Amino acid sequence: MLERHALLEKHSLLLSLAIVVVVSIGGIVELAPLFYLDNTIEEVEGVRPYSPLELAGRNIYIREGCYVCHSQMVRPMRDEVERYGHYSLAAESMYDHPFQWGSKRTGPDLARVGGKYSDEWHRDHMRDPRSVVPESVMPPYAFLETTALDYARIEEDLIANRRVGVPYTDEMIAGAKADLEAQLDPYGDLATRYPKAQTRDFDGNPAMISELDALIAYLQVLGTMVDFSVYEASAPENLR
Amino acid sequence: MFWGYQLFIVIAATGYLAGITQSKEYAEPEWYTDLWLTIVWVAYLLVFLGTIWKRKEPHIYVANWFYLAFILTIAVLHITNNLAMPVSLTSVKSYSLFAGVQDALTQWWYGHNAVGFFLTAGFLGIMYYFVPKRAERPVYSYRLSIVHFWSLIFIYIWAGPHHLHYTALPEWAQTLGMTFSIMLWMPSWGGMINGLMTLSGAWDKLRTDPVIRMLVVSVAFYGMSTFEGPVMSVRAVNSLSHYTDWTIGHVHSGALGWVGFVSFGAMYCLTQWLWKRPRLYSFALVEWHFWISTLGILLYITSMWTSGIMQGLMWRSYTDLGFLEFSFVETVARMHIPYIIRAVGGAMYLVGALIMIYNLYRTARGDVRVAELKDQPAPAAATVPAR
Repeated sequence: MLERHALLEKHSLLLSLAIVVVVSIGGIVELAPLFYLDNTIEEVEGVRPYSPLELAGRNIYIREGCYVCHSQMVRPMRDEVERYGHYSLAAESMYDHPFQWGSKRTGPDLARVGGKYSDEWHRDHMRDPRSVVPESVMPPYAFLETTALDYARIEEDLIANRRVGVPYTDEMIAGAKADLEAQLDPYGDLATRYPKAQTRDFDGNPAMISELDALIAYLQVLGTMVDFSVYEASAPENLR
Repeated sequence: MFWGYQLFIVIAATGYLAGITQSKEYAEPEWYTDLWLTIVWVAYLLVFLGTIWKRKEPHIYVANWFYLAFILTIAVLHITNNLAMPVSLTSVKSYSLFAGVQDALTQWWYGHNAVGFFLTAGFLGIMYYFVPKRAERPVYSYRLSIVHFWSLIFIYIWAGPHHLHYTALPEWAQTLGMTFSIMLWMPSWGGMINGLMTLSGAWDKLRTDPVIRMLVVSVAFYGMSTFEGPVMSVRAVNSLSHYTDWTIGHVHSGALGWVGFVSFGAMYCLTQWLWKRPRLYSFALVEWHFWISTLGILLYITSMWTSGIMQGLMWRSYTDLGFLEFSFVETVARMHIPYIIRAVGGAMYLVGALIMIYNLYRTARGDVRVAELKDQPAPAAATVPAR
């Protein structure tokens, strides 16, 4: 074996080729099947692409680095399920480009934070986290409610998402700006394109569409798309 | 290439401050920064290969196998994990090509092997060069180098899924990741043994040469860290450690202990060689650096173990009546003291590094601390290697 190995030691390109082959095997075996095995992602009702306002909020969530301290992945252990809610399904992040599962909980998991607190709570919390959770170590994000949301080219975000596989329709793209504004109107009509989308003024200031509007809209939809009163987690087709 | 890489770091770091991020760990820079890094990286590969092509020795030395594997694999990882669709050519924002579970495993295949190939293979290359050179002993075993190299790079690439235990990643992938992570213990310790045993016949240098001591302790930290890793990759252990500071402690024992110390050792050697100095400015200052930084690391990782294991246990703690005992924020409040200890440990490590910078600066200037000249003759290891 040692004599054979000398061949590799004397030819840099042969050595390079051997290295690339050896390091490719593991990645191919583990990654490729996830793209074609049908049971990788559960088939569930309710998961839809984010509305334009929720998508804008998600981009603020990423911009501010929320993922560094908050995970979005509830594991199937008793304490996690009791603390946060039903464990996360792969289907719930199937339109997340990129995923936001996180790796560290300096703050609590947010996969099911939607509907857990009121909009007012989120507003107070962003303005001054210590006002609602005295021991919190989270920095304040008070500037979000005074910063106007830049959504002039929001349809480009939808187009880019469609190019990577999110099923936004032509109608959704054409109406992106109108849909974003409609979601802030309590009587806005979004349900035909984005079923169960919550419509209201999220930051309590109807005079301006702020970044806080978008962020709260995103936080309030997290983990609420799947109806777990009808989802059978232990059904054979949902086990993996 | 050097300035190209510095430019990449400036673009990446300033972009991060401005909120420009893909939100993928260790792959935060956006698409245009990634493209720039790809160009710089290809130039790096060409410079490296070109240097190898000009060699006069027929054999390529083991340190360079590791370097080659590091450069090639990082290129594959970087390109795959950063595949993304820019919103437009004038927009800094892009959307990852992959979503959800596929994106998660692509990221951790990348993330784990950024550690495996950048912070391990590359620095093993440093170990394989500087430890024998400084100790003036040949590498312990050539055969072990071959086994170490191929098994390490083959097995490392499989270990990514252990970052996703108990998540929505299919269980078969988690199990594969865990199995290979445990197997990874063997090549890791094979490398550690090859590095440490290179000192056989020269163990006395641990006493006389603080630079050798730094290199040896770095290999010891490597061994400790690569034992801890497979333990944490076991699903039952991971259920406690995941999402906590235990992971942070593990990473820092590797980053500060292994990567940091082997780099310090290499820099002490290099400064002396490059400026052709007969010895370092001060061995006493190397001793100070060594002890302050070692104690700093110990404070850092033990405080992270404490806070991580404590928080993991508090999360899953129940009262006799079957209710969760602690709210989340109670676990946050409890971590205050470990965090202070961590800051002290990190500051000590930094102070040690500042001492080194001063020592290297004086060495480059050609100074020698007078008090030390009187005490002892220049150690044998301080000779400039023949060219």
